[in-house]
Amino acid sequence: MSYTIDWLAVAPELVVVVGILVVLTLDLFLSRREKYWTGVVAVMTVSIAVVPLIIMAADDVTRAMFDGSYVVDDFSLVLKGLFLVAGYLVLLMSVTYIESDRYYEGEYYLLLLVSILGSLVLASSRDLILLFIGLELTTGPLFLLAGWRKGDAKSNEAALKYFILGVLSTAMLLYGMSLVYGLTGSVRFVGIREAIPSIAAVQEPALVLGVLLMIVGFGFKVSAVPFHFWAPDTYEGAPTPVTAYLSVSSKTAGFVAMLSVVYLAFGDLTDIWGPALWLLAAASMTVANLSALRQNNIVRLMAYSSVAHAGFMLVPFAGAAVAGQPLSEGLSATVTYLVIYALMNLGAFAVVIAGARRTGTGEIEGWAGFGSYAPRQGILLAVFFLSLAGIPPLAGWFAKFVMFQAVITAGGTAAIWLAIIAALNSVIAFFYYARVVKTVWMDPAPAELGEEATAPATGALRLAMGLAAVAVLVIGVFPGISAFFGEATTRILNGG
Amino acid sequence: MEWFDNGWGLTLIVFLPVVGAMVMAAIPKAAERVQKWWALVVSLVVFALSVVAIGRFDFGSAKEFQFEANIPWIKAIGSNYHIGVDGISLPLLVLSTFIMVLAVIYSWDHWEEPRNPKAFLSLMLILATGMNGTFVALDLVLFFIFFELVLLPMYFMIGIWGDKQVRRLPGFGREVEMRLYAAIKFFLFTLFGSAFMLLGFLALYFRSGDFGERTFDIPALIALGSDGAFTGTFGWLVFGALFLGFAVKVPMWPLHTWLPDAHTAAPTVGSVLLAAILLKLGSYGFIRISIPILPETARQWAPAIAILAVIAIIYGALACLAQTDMKRLIAFSSVGHMGFVMLGIATLTDVGLNAAIIGMVAHGLITGLLFFIAGSMSHRYHTREMARLGGNQKLMPVLGGILAFTVMASLGLPGLAGFWGEFMSLLGAYRPLEGLNLGVFRTAMVIGAIGTVLTAGYMLWMLQKVNLGEPREEWVGHSFRDADRFELTAWVPLILLIVVIGVFPKVVFGATSDAVTALVQTAFGG
Repeated sequence: MSYTIDWLAVAPELVVVVGILVVLTLDLFLSRREKYWTGVVAVMTVSIAVVPLIIMAADDVTRAMFDGSYVVDDFSLVLKGLFLVAGYLVLLMSVTYIESDRYYEGEYYLLLLVSILGSLVLASSRDLILLFIGLELTTGPLFLLAGWRKGDAKSNEAALKYFILGVLSTAMLLYGMSLVYGLTGSVRFVGIREAIPSIAAVQEPALVLGVLLMIVGFGFKVSAVPFHFWAPDTYEGAPTPVTAYLSVSSKTAGFVAMLSVVYLAFGDLTDIWGPALWLLAAASMTVANLSALRQNNIVRLMAYSSVAHAGFMLVPFAGAAVAGQPLSEGLSATVTYLVIYALMNLGAFAVVIAGARRTGTGEIEGWAGFGSYAPRQGILLAVFFLSLAGIPPLAGWFAKFVMFQAVITAGGTAAIWLAIIAALNSVIAFFYYARVVKTVWMDPAPAELGEEATAPATGALRLAMGLAAVAVLVIGVFPGISAFFGEATTRILNGG
Repeated sequence: MEWFDNGWGLTLIVFLPVVGAMVMAAIPKAAERVQKWWALVVSLVVFALSVVAIGRFDFGSAKEFQFEANIPWIKAIGSNYHIGVDGISLPLLVLSTFIMVLAVIYSWDHWEEPRNPKAFLSLMLILATGMNGTFVALDLVLFFIFFELVLLPMYFMIGIWGDKQVRRLPGFGREVEMRLYAAIKFFLFTLFGSAFMLLGFLALYFRSGDFGERTFDIPALIALGSDGAFTGTFGWLVFGALFLGFAVKVPMWPLHTWLPDAHTAAPTVGSVLLAAILLKLGSYGFIRISIPILPETARQWAPAIAILAVIAIIYGALACLAQTDMKRLIAFSSVGHMGFVMLGIATLTDVGLNAAIIGMVAHGLITGLLFFIAGSMSHRYHTREMARLGGNQKLMPVLGGILAFTVMASLGLPGLAGFWGEFMSLLGAYRPLEGLNLGVFRTAMVIGAIGTVLTAGYMLWMLQKVNLGEPREEWVGHSFRDADRFELTAWVPLILLIVVIGVFPKVVFGATSDAVTALVQTAFGG
């Protein structure tokens, strides 16, 4: 066993830790009007943390520490990059939103940075304990952040629901992990995988229970049907930037945890978790899309949309597993999907935040004619929503494309059916995205507009929208960029 | 002109419009003249480039893809930016760039509410990229992207500038505006089809891996397909998936129901582009992809397609007779005309396929012109109800005359462009590809022939109601502006081409004939 620490490998985490300490200290000394500096520090922290990632990506070496429990390979690099970029965009969106509420600015940025730290740890963890710590560090701060608007009953409801169901899922996850550990005698993924053949025959029921409990736990985190019930209420009640974070980073964290566990530890047990994921995928897509059709609140609509996307993301993996095919192609497709989804969904939330200030409402009907008095934001809204719907040439098409490609390549009846369900669902999904676009562009604007209607968005929010829009358009036309990330992940995980 | 031949020519034809749309964004909203001139210049340059393409096209080897470019695009999935034209796609490409110029000219001072030329012209230019791109794409992924790209601009065109009439429709709790209903219906139908089309493309890609490297390349897949790589249940399912995608777009009965709504509700230029070019993307897909890649399965499906095609012919004609709305009647006539195109395709012979292509070109010119005229008339009368029109010939002699001419062309009068497509596809149905069920095809031919009579019937019926007789009382004393210079500039070239193709069909066949023969040869060895 070697306990030498590769300082470059943990540099991103260290940078964020330092940032957390600086924000914490700074918050004590700043007067109320100067609190925005904590936000500036948070943004800078996240930007600086990207630098060691780039250095590591350039030298292309896998760095393993603590006996292989903490690994920095291309898979973790790509996901760490994704977490940082997503965190960066969410921070940009938060600046105006939190400033206008004027309370606990310092604490807000602190908690967000802690959550980002958790996700960075998660992406590198290769054993159950680290994975658990990473996952809980990511989601824990969000229980508080969801209830940030403490004067608002909805926000309290959001936090409470999220907390109770979050704890429940954590309990299930832990129970599953303890069963798996008890049976295999190892917390490291590699160790679990090695031990499984010898115990699979004797202790099968317990093993199945352990695996399924863990899948259920992850199902809560990624908000897959039927473990999604917290999502719409929490999304609606939480401050919108936090919702954006929940729907992207926290969901990605759930996926990263699930993917690395089932891929590295349970790779030989596809017949146990394959059908489970198949069901989760099919149910998430169908139930969420049908529910989304009936939503009148734009954030609730986004909540169901994000549940549906969780279903789409499960498709490649579930398809490969039920067909008994190698999982690497499915993994690559899911990671590609995650990257694209993160960018377009954050962009959509940025526009929703900007638009909600102008229209003064989250009800979709209140957005009628938004495009006529805010044409640029109207165009951006159309870009992001239609990208979520998967319409070329916006980035979303490629996410759908790789998903279909992976599941068709897997072959077999069950996988093909999943592909057909996904195809039908992508048509249904278009309907509710288009409804928002229709309201914004085709319905007449109200005769009298509120004072806020002509107020321009702040610089930070504009930057967030602009970056996401450029990314969505560039990836849409040159999708090779995002596929490259997906590819990179499998190359290394195969070795690990 | 080296640069033109090695791919830059086609690349410019495809992407210049979308670049033009981006530049348009920088033009101030108030400067409408600049916007119009810019759109005209861009579309003229693109048209000029396509004329250059005709000039440089080697008609001696029309079956080869020319002006090709083939560079890696998405390495991860082995998809290439592979473009090129052969004798089949060249006429359609030129049709597309040509109609676009006329559409820009026509829209010069014909704006439907809420005006906003900047946005409308930008959407038209984006649409041009999608249409031109579909006709030159030689890679399935690229084809899919362009095929889908046309949806967005058309969706916004219909939804924003479309028909504001409020109707009570079955299945809706309250009254809906036609433009909103038609726009989403158009999009959902096409998306439904193309989702399955994409699954079919992916299945081909996956299966091609059994014979070497997996590929999306259309010529490579054609080579595999004609060696019998995709047959049996696999071929049957893939053909079915592609069929859904293309048949919705054509549209074939019974997937046509989006068409009358979309065409009627769209603004004039939108209807013209829909009818003249967008419908062709579907039938082009059959000729370029389905048949050559899956020849064996195409043989099995051919009788079914022929039957659906003649149902469309008869159904379209009967539906026309039930219409009171002039634009809707023209829309339904498209169903019938595309039925002839599909019948030609179903015969799987070179006569039939040639008929299909010339039918597509002719339908593009004629129905495009009809929609222009219908739009201009409803601009003036503010109604499209045929019962209220009448005596148009007296009120607007020039416009009425052009309408009479176009109706004649549309019903397939010999000597005008519409004749060749109908006549030859019936001829093809008499002698379909060897091995196909003669009974089915000959019956189809007879029913199709009855269809031509019905077509003549409803077209003349419309002409009589709209054009002939005395003007109704409500119009007496009104002074109507006859066809203006923008309208004439847009229409006269169409009229000339209809006559030229009618008299010298070789204009089209010269390009298509060799390519079609080669296609049939490779696919069926006949």
